Amino acid sequence: MTAFEAGAAGRRPVHGIDVVIIGAGHNGLAMSHCLAALGIDHVVLERGEVANAWRHERWDSLRLLTPNWLSRLPGYRYTGDDPEGYMSREEVVAFIAGYARASSASVITGTPVTRLRAEGAGYRVSTDHGDWRCRAVVIASGAFNRPMVPRLAADLPAGIAQLTPFSYRNPSQIKDGGVLVVGASATGLQLADEIQRAGRAVTLAVGEHVRMPRVYRGRDIQWWMHAAGLLDQRYDALPNGSDDLARARAVASPQLVGSRERPIVDLNVLGAEGVRIVGRLAGVRDGKALFSGSLRNVCALADLKMRRLLATLDDWATACGHADSLTPGERFEDTHIASSPATSLNLEREGIRTVIWATGFRPDYGWLAVPVLDRKGGIRHHGGVVDAPGLYVMGLPFLRRRKSSFIHGAEDDARELAAHLVGHLQAQSRRYRERMAL
Amino acid sequence: MDTNTFLADNGVNVEALLGARQALSKAPEAAQFKWRASCEWIKGTRARTSIDSFFGLGEAQRHKQVHRVETDHPEVFAAEDHGATPVEIVLAGLAGCLTAGIAAVAQNRNIQLHSVKATLEAGMDLQGILGIDGDVRNGFDGVKVTYAIDANANREEIEALVAQSQKRSAVFDIITNPTDVSVVVA
Repeated sequence: MTAFEAGAAGRRPVHGIDVVIIGAGHNGLAMSHCLAALGIDHVVLERGEVANAWRHERWDSLRLLTPNWLSRLPGYRYTGDDPEGYMSREEVVAFIAGYARASSASVITGTPVTRLRAEGAGYRVSTDHGDWRCRAVVIASGAFNRPMVPRLAADLPAGIAQLTPFSYRNPSQIKDGGVLVVGASATGLQLADEIQRAGRAVTLAVGEHVRMPRVYRGRDIQWWMHAAGLLDQRYDALPNGSDDLARARAVASPQLVGSRERPIVDLNVLGAEGVRIVGRLAGVRDGKALFSGSLRNVCALADLKMRRLLATLDDWATACGHADSLTPGERFEDTHIASSPATSLNLEREGIRTVIWATGFRPDYGWLAVPVLDRKGGIRHHGGVVDAPGLYVMGLPFLRRRKSSFIHGAEDDARELAAHLVGHLQAQSRRYRERMAL
Repeated sequence: MDTNTFLADNGVNVEALLGARQALSKAPEAAQFKWRASCEWIKGTRARTSIDSFFGLGEAQRHKQVHRVETDHPEVFAAEDHGATPVEIVLAGLAGCLTAGIAAVAQNRNIQLHSVKATLEAGMDLQGILGIDGDVRNGFDGVKVTYAIDANANREEIEALVAQSQKRSAVFDIITNPTDVSVVVA
């Protein structure tokens, strides 16, 4: 159903449809697949191309942190000949694009949403190519739309180049001199490793992080997390309820690298490569970077938590009779910290000419004109059901399960949210009929 | 020990703390506190700091009584040693903060503490404050805190208590991270 409305730019088409899905990444496509299976009329609006972020907003060497055998979506799975491998950026693009084709998803590319607002009992989704009036909207625009750069970036001396994981591609683009990588979660760890190996002197500023071995007792750590059920833990079934959930949602990506050789890359390995490990970047004053004195404690916390995780996995393996098929549990050395880690570095004197912000990512809801954001700019939702009837969100960390932000995490979330969405449409229709009958 | 029925009592009202946490997460403006101290010079390097009122939960608050801390310097500094040096008071602040945190975290984790003792040591090169060498900082070049803890918990649990206490400690944060300080003449 398409009508036309007069507007400043002439006549704009206004389409009518039951559901609009925003974003044709793996989440939006998984939802499209589930809605199609339920016979729900919908369209997927995509700002760029299918799998846009993977095409344009990732560095060259990035690989998935999950092995190929774990990569699956509703009605689709990895069928290549390297189940233990980790997809490269191009392979992820091909995987998601293949899914869009296989499920004949109704995707309109090159159509960024400029505004989403409530209208009547539903929503109006505006784009430069017209509007869609619909009864429900699924926000699947991703959790990593914008790299976060701390305010203190403005205090860096003017001569220092600043990069984010969106502008960084590979070591060759970095100008001569040392590099300060800020942040030691998956991104910062990988970039520090890659840049140091390219022969540049890297300093890595380390705040709170999650340490995890790539392989434990002969198995990929994601096999353990998956098999022991940790990835399936639900948002509404954590021991300490909302406290645990808030913490789990804020946890950064573990220190893992997806690479065929499955190396363990941690702060000890980087230190041995020659990376200088310092505390969290806490300030910049008079051309000096100031690092927190909390380095020892953040490493102690990460070591303790890793040991606790591995002990949990050992207990599970024993209880389930897996222990015999696994190699004995190895113990990993605690993180070594230099006897007095630097708490301040004169950037110029140290020859540091580039800073890379690996300080996390944020979703971008600049177009969202429905009042559902909390005071920190996140969407208020319960397992993806947003605090506005008929509005849903997908793909955020621990949305419904620990695996929600993984590619294979979209499957269960999409099925459940699609069912909820259909329930909403049916209830709305029922209310409408009852009103008409009166 | 029956872990189902055992209830640790470290004298910390965790329910009240958790209640405050929940209330303040809904009313962030009430979480805005101002800590205050006033200080008066007595003589030489001796001064007396009084701590009485503070602001929080949206209104003026008062300690049950005025707390006073005298600071001075030892005789090797040609002073009269009427009180601890200010840098030692900083160590007292750190120890007090971390220890309170350990008690609170232990209570929350149902760990009974029998004794908690900390010894603190901070290095300082006096060439900094004496202006002998501009490359030497005035403050500590490092702080070492050693805890001896007797509790109903294994070593790893005790290490986790101490780590969590640092993670949530105000004074640990104040010492480990830069803070904007403005000193003006009224």
